[in-house]
Amino acid sequence: MSAAPALAGVAGSGRQPGKPLLTLSGVETFYGKIQALKGIDIEVREGEIVTLIGANGAGKSTTMMTVFGAPRARRGTIIFDGRDITRLEPHQIARLQIAQSPEGRRIFPRMTVYENLQMGASINNFAHFDEDLERVFAMFPRLRERAQQRGGTLSGGEQQMLAIARALMSRPRLLMLDEPSLGLAPLVVRQIFDVIAELNRTQGLTVFLVEQNAFHALKLAHRGYVLVNGAVTMAGAGAELLARPEVRAAYLEGGH
Amino acid sequence: MAAPSSSGADRAPFDLAVALRDAGMSALGTAGLAFPILALRAEQDMSNQLVLQQRWPLMLIAAMALTALWSYVIERVAYRPLRGSFRLAPLISAIGMSIFLMNFVQVVQGPRNKSIPPLISGVVEIPIGSGSITIAWKQLIIFTVTALLLGAFWYIVQKTPLGRSMRAVEQDRKMASLLGIDVDRTISLTFVIGASLAAIAGALYMVRYGVINFADGFVPGVKAFTAAVLGGIGSLPGAVVGGLLIGLIETMWSHYFSSDYKDVAAFSILAVTLIFMPSGLLGRPEVEKV
Repeated sequence: MSAAPALAGVAGSGRQPGKPLLTLSGVETFYGKIQALKGIDIEVREGEIVTLIGANGAGKSTTMMTVFGAPRARRGTIIFDGRDITRLEPHQIARLQIAQSPEGRRIFPRMTVYENLQMGASINNFAHFDEDLERVFAMFPRLRERAQQRGGTLSGGEQQMLAIARALMSRPRLLMLDEPSLGLAPLVVRQIFDVIAELNRTQGLTVFLVEQNAFHALKLAHRGYVLVNGAVTMAGAGAELLARPEVRAAYLEGGH
Repeated sequence: MAAPSSSGADRAPFDLAVALRDAGMSALGTAGLAFPILALRAEQDMSNQLVLQQRWPLMLIAAMALTALWSYVIERVAYRPLRGSFRLAPLISAIGMSIFLMNFVQVVQGPRNKSIPPLISGVVEIPIGSGSITIAWKQLIIFTVTALLLGAFWYIVQKTPLGRSMRAVEQDRKMASLLGIDVDRTISLTFVIGASLAAIAGALYMVRYGVINFADGFVPGVKAFTAAVLGGIGSLPGAVVGGLLIGLIETMWSHYFSSDYKDVAAFSILAVTLIFMPSGLLGRPEVEKV
């Protein structure tokens, strides 16, 4: 039961750890009287892929939303790029170029794919919009075909691609993904995880990935945290966590 | 597919049309208020129709600014605190604000009719066959102004970043904020735009009838609501179609039956639509694929 961030894991993956980009210290979040997060410490460094795994209801999505201030942390601090963002409004946090592909995808159903992508580019006032549009269309060619179709008419996999593409349109410094594999066919999951790995490798994109699909997530990530009942119970390099018997027993064998 | 667990209160629909209608209902009275005050002031100054004809653009702008300010304040005190509350709360609050505004205008302006000298007179005769159709200039102007404003508003909603933000906030408020959209500001702007439009509607009403009193905003407000329901709440083309249909039905009813009961005709449509076609002519069904 060690909650210390294992920075050795980053070095082990063959890259230089960047400076801390996102730091959660002692974060506690409540829904009314129910405590969802019980003092969480998580650090994401520049250029890393960090994953947070855990069972349903462990508080993974709450962690992501708490970073965005919705709900706001009742105790603890959240630092992004040296700045305390704990008390900021969600839209102010988004404007610091933190992008999220949230739980349930939350595509605007009565807006076209193109308009959904325009929404993603809102925070940089559509500077380099065409260039970024080409980039996400190259990543997800299906979106180009469906550009004029309403978001609500897309299949689950296409909506997931759109949610990620929309998040990328803001040129995020930190990309937060909530269960991108949920409900998707294995082939589509493979495709989406390849895109994430590629973005991280070629552009140094920092990614914070919340997943129930622990095997895929830990294989992809440099480091991982295990969340149980609102508390971090294990932390370490992705490969290292994958090898741990406790992790294997709880999240891999029989699970997927 | 099951709806995500977070789809409860935070996704309670903020409907563009509902907001505009709330703003419209409470603003039409206010607009009716602003225009005659300014008109009467001008009248007192020189008691001259010419003054009104020269100053009306200024008065219209003043009426729009005043109504927009009212609406901004009303949104802050009567709607924003209810955001995330149950669905009917803002509607009840809107009716309350409407009653408050009417009574406020009555106290401040007095209960009597206020009139302005005619701004636009004259008719156009369009010969058709052996006879001709006569249309008053003011009717043509009302129609033209409405069409132009509709076009402008449609453009704002469909093609500008502000309009896109408005639609995004209507469809998923929380997601809009995650994309950096200031939800409060967007809703405030929606109210301000709606109120400015209502001010123009109030001014056109004055052009048409020349007389107004504190309660005159109420029936048009309810009829605007009826038109929005008939056309389908949330649909801009629906509101246009609904408005035209209500107007035609009222006129036909007055001509063939009795003008005493034209309001009955209009509100019967509201009841029939709500019972048999709750999503209206062009509206979307309530349940949709998630």
